[in-house]
Amino acid sequence: MSVVLPLLMGYVFGFLLHRARVTDSNVIEGQFCFCDFTMIKVMLPAIIIGGLGVLVLVRIGDAQYYIKDANLLGVLLGAVMFGVALVFFGYCPGTALAATATGSLHALAGVLGMIAGAILYAFSYGWIKANILDVWALGKVRLPELTGVHDIVWFAGLGLIALVLFVWLERRAA
Amino acid sequence: MAMPTDHVASKTEGRRLDLSPYLVGASIGVLSWVAFAVSKEPIGVTTPLSRVAAPVAAAIFGNEAVAANPYWSPMPFSWDYGVLFLIGMMAGAFVSSLASGTFRLEAVPRFWRGRFGGSLIKRFAAAFFAGALMMFGARMAGGCTSGHGISGVLQLALSSGLFIVVVFASAIIGSRVVFGRRGIK
Repeated sequence: MSVVLPLLMGYVFGFLLHRARVTDSNVIEGQFCFCDFTMIKVMLPAIIIGGLGVLVLVRIGDAQYYIKDANLLGVLLGAVMFGVALVFFGYCPGTALAATATGSLHALAGVLGMIAGAILYAFSYGWIKANILDVWALGKVRLPELTGVHDIVWFAGLGLIALVLFVWLERRAA
Repeated sequence: MAMPTDHVASKTEGRRLDLSPYLVGASIGVLSWVAFAVSKEPIGVTTPLSRVAAPVAAAIFGNEAVAANPYWSPMPFSWDYGVLFLIGMMAGAFVSSLASGTFRLEAVPRFWRGRFGGSLIKRFAAAFFAGALMMFGARMAGGCTSGHGISGVLQLALSSGLFIVVVFASAIIGSRVVFGRRGIK
C-alpha cells in the first residue's frame, strides 16, 4: 500500500496532465499571451472543487491543512524567477517531468537544469535563509483568518470568476 | 494576395483521446481529496525533486558535502511518497501518450522556433538554464504550480495566493517582451 498509493496517485496525475494537453509547451506558452486558455481551465476547477472537498474533510476531521510559510520576500522573488523561467522554458516542473515521458527532449534538458538549480539552491540555503526567507516571515497564514472573510466566500468569489471567464471563452470560441 | 492568417497551424493534431480541460481540472480536484484524506500529503513536485537532486550532488561533490548541507540534512533522499509520486507521474504521462498515439520526440517547440529559430543547442541551453532558474525560484518560494498553485491555493494559503498571482503577472509580462503581443502562431 505504501508503495502502490503514491505510484497510483502520480500515475493518475500524469495521465490527466497529458490528456489536458498541458504537457505541450505551446499550450503553456499560449496561456501567457492569452492565445490558449487550457492551463487556467485546468487550474481553476482543480482549486475550487479540490478546495471545497478539502474544506469539508478538514471540518469533519478527516484531513488537516499543509500550509506553506508566508515568507513574503522569498515567495515574491521566487515567483518572479519562476514566472520569467516559465516564459523561456514553456513548462512548469510537473508538466516538464510528464512531458519528458511523452518524448519531449527539451523538457528533459530543463529537468536536468532543475536538478542543477536545486543543487545551487541547497548550497546557497544558509545565506538565503538568513537574508531572504526570514524577511517578512508571517508563518502559516491562511487568507480567511488574515482577512476575516469566510472560506465559502473565497470559493464563491473564485467560482464566480471561473464561471464568467469560462462562459465568455466558450461563447467566443463558438 | 494571400492573407498571413493562411498559415495558422492546424489545431487538430493529437486530439483524438484528449479530455476536456474542465474535466481534467475537476478530476485533479478530486485527486486532491484523496491526497489530503488518504495519502496525508498534498500533490507537489519540486519538494521531492529537490531531494532527488541530493544523490546527484553527492556523486559530484561527495557524500559529506551533502550530509552537512543544512537544506538536505532535515530531509535526506529516500524512496518516499513524493519520489514515488514523480515516478508514477512520468509513467502515467508515458502510457497516456502511447495509448493516444501522441508519443513523439520533440526538440524545438513551435513557440520557441517562431522566435529563436530551429537551433537545438540554443533551445536545450535555454531550457536547461530556465529549468535551473525555475527550480531555484520554486525552492525559494516553497513550491511550484502544483504545490503552491493548486494544492496551496485550494487551502487558501496566503503564500500560495501571492505566488500564483506573481507567477502569472511576471509570465504575462515576460511573454509579451519575449514573444510579442500576439504570441507565436
